[in-house]
Amino acid sequence: MHDLLSLRETSKDDILGILTTAASLKEILRRQVKKVPTLRGRVVVTLFYEPSTRTRTSFELAAKYMSADAVNISVAQSSVTKGESLKDTIRTLQSVTANCIVIRHSSSGAAHLAARYADVPVINAGDGRHEHPTQGLLDALTIAEAKRADSSFDFSGLHVSIVGDLAHSRVARSNVWCLTRLGAQVRWCGPATLLPADADRLPISVHTDLEEGIRDADVVMVLRLQTERQEKGLLPSLREYARVWGVNLRTLRWAKPDVLVMHPGPMNRGVEISAEVADGAGGTRVAIEDQVRNGVAVRMACLYLLMSGEREEEAE
Amino acid sequence: MRLVLRGGRIIDPSQSMDRVADVVIADGVVEAITDPGAVHDAEVRDVTNLLVTPGLIDIHVHLREPGFEYKEDIETGTRAAAAGGFTAVCCMPNTRPAIDTPAVVRQIIERADEVGAARVYPIASLTCAMAGDQLAEIADLKAAGACAISDDAFPVQNAETMRRGMEYCAQFGLTVMTHNEDQALTRGGAMHEGYTATVMGVPGIPAVAEDIGVARNILLAALTGCRLHLLHLSTARGVELLRWARERGWPVTGETAPHYLTLTDDACLGYDTNAKMNPPLRTDADRQALIQAVADGDVDAIATDHAPHAPYEKEREFDQAPFGIVGLETAFALVFTHLVLSGRLSLQQMIRLMSTGPAAVLGLPGGTLQPGSPADLSVFDLDERWVVEPTMFRSKSRNTPFGGWKLQGKAKFTVVGGRIVED
Repeated sequence: MHDLLSLRETSKDDILGILTTAASLKEILRRQVKKVPTLRGRVVVTLFYEPSTRTRTSFELAAKYMSADAVNISVAQSSVTKGESLKDTIRTLQSVTANCIVIRHSSSGAAHLAARYADVPVINAGDGRHEHPTQGLLDALTIAEAKRADSSFDFSGLHVSIVGDLAHSRVARSNVWCLTRLGAQVRWCGPATLLPADADRLPISVHTDLEEGIRDADVVMVLRLQTERQEKGLLPSLREYARVWGVNLRTLRWAKPDVLVMHPGPMNRGVEISAEVADGAGGTRVAIEDQVRNGVAVRMACLYLLMSGEREEEAE
Repeated sequence: MRLVLRGGRIIDPSQSMDRVADVVIADGVVEAITDPGAVHDAEVRDVTNLLVTPGLIDIHVHLREPGFEYKEDIETGTRAAAAGGFTAVCCMPNTRPAIDTPAVVRQIIERADEVGAARVYPIASLTCAMAGDQLAEIADLKAAGACAISDDAFPVQNAETMRRGMEYCAQFGLTVMTHNEDQALTRGGAMHEGYTATVMGVPGIPAVAEDIGVARNILLAALTGCRLHLLHLSTARGVELLRWARERGWPVTGETAPHYLTLTDDACLGYDTNAKMNPPLRTDADRQALIQAVADGDVDAIATDHAPHAPYEKEREFDQAPFGIVGLETAFALVFTHLVLSGRLSLQQMIRLMSTGPAAVLGLPGGTLQPGSPADLSVFDLDERWVVEPTMFRSKSRNTPFGGWKLQGKAKFTVVGGRIVED
């Protein structure tokens, strides 16, 4: 594996490799001194064309815990605003000795474009509405810890429902490929105007009715609803959305009693998820903080697996 | 001095001809088609084992001159045409300035006379600067030499403007060529809306946006009596609507392009911007319907929509790269290899779609080898196998999704007005 661009193009073996590595690296995060020398002298560049707090911080911490140097470039500070093309930016970063490029971009396929012009590994930290592979992986790690006694990644028999704005969600796409490859049965549920074309040809079932969408689910993953969807005429109102597709204590009763609620953040309390559910009221199992913690472990695993491979090549 | 093309296989759909014969050319026109060796007092070019056809005509190309000469110009664009076996092209008005004044029409015709390796017929815009509101001075544009009227790259959204434009063109016998798209349905879209776009996370261009445009323009043609030519049809429903219009006797013709007959939206996987054009590559069901329509004679022409762009413009994020691909140098071999050799189309049908048919759509000279017609001919080696190598293109641009394709059939040379054009 040279790059991590999408989970659709990542084999089950590679997915399992990252997940088992991440699970073992979690031990480092429990230490008082969270630092191993594994990637010392290596430079990880995070190139973010979109604002992000948690993904970017997560990659930065992951790099630092592995002793790599992390350099963060955001669109406002860079020459991108002067009209430099992505191709030229990638070439420039490479010539200043980046050993790995982590990219977040609003255009689907931007990570593929970066990988075409980079010799060093490229990690997709979210591209448009295409994929967010490390999010899919951290969600899988979180599900394994919560739903599998031995933290196994065999998800057969597990029902995962993803609820919300599926048309515009890169998280939903990465989760489909990751979870179905691990054996889970995945449902998508949301308003017809927020379902992408031909979604039923994905290896999932598609629903517009929330009860059908989450009935007997082991995991309910709630997606963030961008408020501009209403402005673009895809929804009549956030109020109606919350009433029909909102995940709250009432609607969550349709799922299994021990259902795990997940959210990639940031949340709109009172829209896609009620404040009670978000805060774990009524004994609801909410994994949102575990997701953040596992994000660091998964990103450490990705950096380690992609950059140590690069080192071996150099040794030859 | 006469010129004789000796011993070739002549296919001329205008007279249902398929025979081995000599073509005798004098004073820029076809004088006769004779048995091999019948004429002696002539310059002879031996074309034994080669195919001789009326010159191919591409009624939908973008030559980019004036204004975008870094993508293409009239010299390189017509050289690309000649290399692909075309003797005439019709160029679209989305230049800078647009072809919306007689001065620009004349400038293009003059440039083509000076440096052109093929005939060039300018298509003028329907509205000033193709802005979609004020009609251009269409009578003057026709008088200057415009062969048809189109706002190709900027489809007129206002139905009233289109209605008045068609009424206005109809009185001068001008054909209006339409890019069919309801842009309210396509804003932000970069590829066909469907499963592949969903997997790639790319905003979609739904087929229905084209179909609504086709239906609207057909109904306005029926209302106004204006001759309508539907550009680059890409959907199954689009050709169904064309058939429906024709059954009613309405003055509607249509074209499709080689890429819609050979590729589907799956070609975009990997975010290949050389598979990005508008209309976009559609589903395999659309592709099959288009092949069937072409085979059934429901489509009048195959045109390339040759749309050159510089490499740096295409080496962009998929949604930010411009639409369009080059097509002149691959069209013949793509259609021959993938439709004729595969048995879907006869050679006679293919030449009709690429020469006689397009000439008829716009009433252009050519498309026939009848005695007295212009001596515009194309000569092909149908046995030659070659691999598409974009760096070898005569075009300035390399934006093709067909790089590396193994094809069969290649133009050897063309004759334009009795003059041999060597590649």
